[in-house]
Amino acid sequence: MNEMISLVFIVVGISFDLFGCLGLIRLPDIYSRLQASTKCVTLGTCGILLGVFIKFGFTAAGVKAIICILFLLLTAPVTAHALAKGAHKSGVRLWKGSVCDKYTEDEKK
Amino acid sequence: MKFARWLIGLIILGSAVYFIFHVLKVELHTRLLLYLIICFALSLCRIIGGPTPADRSVATDILGILIIGFCAILAVYTNKDWYIDIAIAWALQSFIGTLALAKFLEGRNFDE
Repeated sequence: MNEMISLVFIVVGISFDLFGCLGLIRLPDIYSRLQASTKCVTLGTCGILLGVFIKFGFTAAGVKAIICILFLLLTAPVTAHALAKGAHKSGVRLWKGSVCDKYTEDEKK
Repeated sequence: MKFARWLIGLIILGSAVYFIFHVLKVELHTRLLLYLIICFALSLCRIIGGPTPADRSVATDILGILIIGFCAILAVYTNKDWYIDIAIAWALQSFIGTLALAKFLEGRNFDE
């Protein structure tokens, strides 16, 4: 039973990863790529690690998987925000169909 | 033109999924690893063809997160504990490396 549940979590995580990478390829702009791929891939990898935790239970490997989930959930948004700020400061233009750009408006004030 | 690009991408992805799921006669976990390798190939495409350095940094970050999942599936597959240790170490390295790349993109020095 445990094996089955962990397999379901792993398969759901891998499909999230696949769609996130599809967004990384397909979307037109670096900011939309960031917002598609970072969230999807982080959640998918967390799903895989949760499946590993369910498989191993409360042993050393399972607790390490939980620690890895916590670390990933803490660090992935930080890197995404840092990359978005760096890209904006290095002068990457927004896509021409974008509606608003609050960061530039705030800098002009 | 746009429709043709959609169609080509859909055919490539669908044929890859069909090949892994129906043609190959391997174990289940090998199939899962092959799906993750498709993800690696997609983000490597973005690293090769990304127009700006920022795109390449984003794809490198995503590749680092994907490798953590790869190590986790390897740990389930081979029943060995220490693949999770590799995953944690890779997460640390990837975090620090991506922050350094973001700082480089902002145009600042590394030692301030």
